[in-house]
Amino acid sequence: MSTNYEDRQRGGGGGGYDSDDDQDRRPMGGRGPGRRMHRRRVCRFCIDKVDLIDFKDVRLLLNYLPERGKILPRRISGNCATHQRMLAEAIKRARNIALLPYTTD
Amino acid sequence: MSNNKRQYEVVFIVDPTTDDEVPKLTESFTQIVTDQGGTITKSEVMGKRQLAYEILHHKDGTFVLLEIEGSGREIAELERRMRVNDRVLRYITVRVDEDRRRAEKLKARRARKAAKRPTRGHGSSARRGPAMEFAESGGE
Repeated sequence: MSTNYEDRQRGGGGGGYDSDDDQDRRPMGGRGPGRRMHRRRVCRFCIDKVDLIDFKDVRLLLNYLPERGKILPRRISGNCATHQRMLAEAIKRARNIALLPYTTD
Repeated sequence: MSNNKRQYEVVFIVDPTTDDEVPKLTESFTQIVTDQGGTITKSEVMGKRQLAYEILHHKDGTFVLLEIEGSGREIAELERRMRVNDRVLRYITVRVDEDRRRAEKLKARRARKAAKRPTRGHGSSARRGPAMEFAESGGE
């Protein structure tokens, strides 16, 4: 869960420990309850065992296209790299033939 | 590998105001492909739907899907014809055989893993058994 994040913070704090108390305080903030807790989401395509993402499957692709029409980053969706790549490719193809928008305003 | 025929998916959008011409148009494209030595494995009219953005002032279009098997030469000819045709608003060709083959491979690998897993599962559960006992005895 958040352990990963803490580790990274601790590493950064260790480097700046003796030079500045600003940087010293930062790792404490990282551990504190004020930080947003992000549950690491699992790739839904991996769970469903999807090997191919069809660019014609608009309903599926729309799940990964927020209001603005941009591709949802995988840090939010939790997709694995392989599936995110397939998804991005499919979305771009769908945009090309006007199944999906490039932008929406 | 290169001897294998390539598979393509071609989707094109037809001007919906000439909707009744869609079968004729599809027929002529099919003719072009077969003339060039390709085969149509699937031909499907996906129907009229709204475009996500305007293309040549059209807000909707009729989508047609063709699945083609061939060498690639018929695709060149088909695209040339579609580019010239005013009724075709947009087209896209996607080569699918490589991705499909890859998907098959992944599927096969998963099946193999699934076949192996039960034996491994028994081993771990056997290991888990004594550990649980230890935990219980420690609690008491």
